[in-house]
Formats: sequence, C-alpha cells, structure tokens
Amino acid sequence: MTSLFTNLFDGVAYGMLLFVLACGLAVTLGLMNFVNLAHGAFAMAGGYVCAVLVNQSGWPFFAALPLAFVSSALIGAVLERSLYRHLYHRNHLDQVLFSVGLVFMSVAAVDYIMGSSRVFIRIPQALEGQIDFFGVGIGRYRLMIIVICGLLTASLQLVLARTRFGSRLRAAVDDPRAASGLGINVPQVFAFTFAFGCGLAGLGGALSAEILGLDPYFPLKFMIYFLIVVTVGGSSSITGPFLASLLLGIGDVAGKYYVPKLGPFVIYTIMIVILIWRPNGLFGRTAAR
Amino acid sequence: MTAQADVGYHARQHARWHWSEIAFWSLALACAFLFPSRYLIMTDIVRLALFALSLDLILGYGGIVSLGHAAFFGVGAYTAGLLALHGVIAEPAFALVASGLVAMALGFVTSFLVIRGADLTRLMVTLGIALLLEALAERFSDITGGTDGLQGIEMQPILGLFAFDMFGKVGFFYCLAILFALFLLARRIVHSPFGLSLRAIRNNPLRAAAIGIPVNKRLIAIYTLAAFYAGIAGALFTQSTQLASLDVFSFERSADLMLVLVIGGTGYLYGGLIGAVVFRMLQEVFSTITPQYWQFWIGLVLVVIVLVGRQRLHRWVLWAPNLVIRQLSGRKAAVVVPESDAP
Repeated sequence: MTSLFTNLFDGVAYGMLLFVLACGLAVTLGLMNFVNLAHGAFAMAGGYVCAVLVNQSGWPFFAALPLAFVSSALIGAVLERSLYRHLYHRNHLDQVLFSVGLVFMSVAAVDYIMGSSRVFIRIPQALEGQIDFFGVGIGRYRLMIIVICGLLTASLQLVLARTRFGSRLRAAVDDPRAASGLGINVPQVFAFTFAFGCGLAGLGGALSAEILGLDPYFPLKFMIYFLIVVTVGGSSSITGPFLASLLLGIGDVAGKYYVPKLGPFVIYTIMIVILIWRPNGLFGRTAAR
Repeated sequence: MTAQADVGYHARQHARWHWSEIAFWSLALACAFLFPSRYLIMTDIVRLALFALSLDLILGYGGIVSLGHAAFFGVGAYTAGLLALHGVIAEPAFALVASGLVAMALGFVTSFLVIRGADLTRLMVTLGIALLLEALAERFSDITGGTDGLQGIEMQPILGLFAFDMFGKVGFFYCLAILFALFLLARRIVHSPFGLSLRAIRNNPLRAAAIGIPVNKRLIAIYTLAAFYAGIAGALFTQSTQLASLDVFSFERSADLMLVLVIGGTGYLYGGLIGAVVFRMLQEVFSTITPQYWQFWIGLVLVVIVLVGRQRLHRWVLWAPNLVIRQLSGRKAAVVVPESDAP
C-alpha cells in the first residue's frame, strides 16, 4: 500500500516536471500551429548551463536555477527572432525538417563540447534522502520539484487568466487574425511567450537532470513525451497539458514499476488510442487546426 | 481539343520515357562496372533510394507527412532476418516478397489510424507506431535478439543460382534489379489515373472529394503500397548486411529519410534516388571531416535547406542544366522541375 503512495508521489513529481518542460511547446503548437520538435534542445541547454555553473564554477544549486531559465529564454528569443519566425507560415513538413535539423545540430554540438556521457548536477545536501510521512517514503528532491512546479503552474494559470498579457495571449490563440485586428501585436506576444516557454523548458531541464538524466541525446529521448503532453492535452488551455502530463507521469512511473517488461509500450499504446479516439486531444477544442 | 482530351494528352506526355531517364538508369548500371571496389556503399545507396522512393509515394503523392516510416523498414528487416535464420523461406527473392507483404499488412492496418486527423496527429501516430514497434522488438528479445540484434543470418544463393559474395557484387546487382523493378511499378502507378487522383488529393483533399475521388480509400491504398516498398527496402538491408538490429526502427532513420527525400525533391520519383546519392556522399564527406559529429552537419544542411526554401534550391540546381539544354536544342527546359515545386 505504501509503495502505491510512493509511486503515486513519484508519478506526480515526474508529471509536474514534464509539464514545466512541455508547456512552452503547448504555446508554440497551439498559438502558431508550429511543429517544434526541437523543444527538448532548449531544456537540454538549461540543464547543461546549470550543470556547468554548479559543478565547475561552484555556484549554489538554487542560484543556478534562475540562470538556467534566463539562458534558455535568451537562446529561445534569439532563435525565434532570427530563424523561427520565418517558418510560421510554412507547411508542417518544412517545420518538422527545420526542427529536426536543429535537434541534430544541438545533439552533436553538446556532444562535442560536453562529451557524450551522462551529466550529474550536484544537489544540496538538504535535498538528498527521503522524508517518512505516515510510513510513505517521500523523496525530498521530488517534494521540492512538486513545490516549485506547483507554484509555477499556479502562477502561470493566474497570469493567463487574470492579466492583460494573459488575455492577449488567449485572444491570439483563439483567432490570430481577429486579435491582430484588435490591435494586439501578435508576433510580439508570440516571441515573448516563445522565449518564456523556452526558459521554462530550461528550468525543467535543470531540475530534471537528477530524475530523467541529462546527456546529449536528451532532446531525442524525450521529444515524444513533450509531444504526447501537448497533443493529448490539447492546447486550448493550460489545464489540458497539465492534466495530460500528470497522467503521463503517473502512468509511466506505474508502468515501469508494475509491468517493467512492457516498458514504454503502455504509454505509446495509450497515446495512439487517445489520438485515434480524439484527434484534437483529450481536453482540446482546436489543438490540431 | 476538349478539356478532357487535353488532360489525357498531357498525362500521356508526362508518362512517356524521357531520354534523361534512360540516361539516369544507364548511368546507375554503369556505376556497377566503373567502381568495382565500392559495391558496399553503392548497395547502401540503392537500399536508401528504395526506402526514399517509398516515402515519396506517400509524401510526394499522398501528402502524408510521416515521422515513423522506419516502422515498415524495420518490420521488413526483421521478417527477412527471421525467415532466413529459421530457414522458413530460404530463397532470398521469395523471402523478400514475403517480408514486403508482412510490412504491407502492417501498413494496411495502421493506415486506418493514419488517415484520421490532421498533420500533427499523423506525425504523432506514425512516430508512435515506430516507437511502439521498437519497444516491442526490445521486449520480445527471445525472438528478435533484443539489443544485440539478429545474428548468424546465412543467406542462400538468389534463385539458387547467385551466391552472395564477400565483395557485395551480387548483393549490389540484386538490390539494383529490385529497385529498378519496383521503380517501374511505381512509375506505372503514379502515371495511371489512380496516381493522378492521388495528386489531386495532395493538392486539395476537399476539392478532390467534391469531384468524387474516394479520398480515404486512395490514401489507404498508397500508404499500404508504400509500406510494401519500405518493407522490401528493410528486407534488402537485412539480406545484404546479414544483420538486423533495433536501430532499424530508430527515429533517426525516419528523420534521415526525410532529409534524403527533401534533398532530391518530392513528387517526381527520382527525388529519392538522387537524394540517396547526394545524402550518402554528404555523409561520407562529413564523416571524413569530423568522424563523430557528422550529425551536426546533416542538421545544418536540413536547416539551410528549409530556410533557403526547397523550391528556390531546386530552381538554382536546375538552372545550369536547363540553360545548356535550352541553348543546345532550342527547346523549353527539358530537365523537369519537380511538379510539387513548380511555381
């Protein structure tokens, strides 16, 4: 029974992490209908920035996390302004080719600079080990992830629902043409959101080094997970991807624990079934426009 | 001339063999005798060309973007490997057809999943199917050999006459013959009324449906056929390398394949063949410069191709040959711009 709760807890932590990693992609796919397979590369960039700062420059872990966010957001902003924006109106094939090209480049570049072995980030002593909570073992690191990601999710939801920027963004998601007709600078909104999403991915990459593992093949290994979160969750709201990533996290952890031999088989099957059943995602209205 | 007769006339004109096509195949055959020490890489190119031809059928003619075409390649590869390993069908040519048929069956079943949904859903479903098969192959390692792959495959002589030699000469001619035969079939198909209807679907599915083309049925048919081709390509891979491992299903294989097709251009059948040659050459060059990091340069090529624009790139490449032809024979451009790319 306790293992059930521990698994559930790990699954929730994993799912929250996936959400932070993938929610930027939800905007890219949902707002501009841009198939960005290179989203994981931004996460990897954040992870490696954090790793270098902590392991080589001796920064404290919590000081390096914001920098992972900022550096990934910067890379995202530069790439968006220089490359991505030329491709918004191209067909999906071009977008896929372009982002696959970026993934290949990032994998080889990181392999060249940092080596191909897995990188570990030294985490503070306070985060190691488990807390015993009514007999349920709770990892401190995972608890921290849930807290950070939970706060992030709540504030994202607040920003989207309550602020002026949030309403602009939602308007642009619903109908870019009408939104720009109302005087909303859609490209600017998108550039900002893209950079912010990349930053979140970078933060997620830094946090996930401990759980998912960080190596040059990160963007390829987890590409399918990010895509699952977005396509299954739909991109019409933030709740869809959030629930989808929780489902995915819990399902994946439970699947690996209870039916280890089937491995990722369960996840892929569920994804295909859901996509066949509801091509626009479980919670989406207009995900696949 | 009525409009209908006009369309028929042009379709027939397109379907006629052009002298440049004959030159292309003569050149391919000539390569076999010109570079006797390079059979292995040339076999590789031929296999890749067949695989790319298969993707061209669904992407260039059906308009389906697939990220998991390696699924059929892998199924063909493992089927051929298992057939040879257990001696079920020892004769390679029959085993080849059998592997193609198995892949074809899978293609038929999965095509119902693929025709549902828009581009993004298709991407995810095709990618998911390939990953699923990879996971399955890893899971059932007692059949597939798991991460070690199928080992100890011994190939019998083709039709009981030609034994595979260590220099790959027989393997090359075998692959080239298969490629040519399947190319002829594909050429016949895309120039048939069926092929024309596919082009109509690619250009505008809604309008195609409105003039009475059964869109879904046609897409299922071409997807199934493409799966057959990919299965044959996979089986050729196993038969000529005597190896089948998990990486036949890998995402990189599907992604590389897209690059091959994009280099050559989609929608005129030769794209995959030309692309395969160029891609393999590029890979050779890159891996001599930076043995470990050639993937970076492949990625750069992809990004540049997309940013410059596929149409523009093909116009640049074809500019010189077209100029020469125009000067020499006073005709309009004879080297065709791929139809999908024509302005």
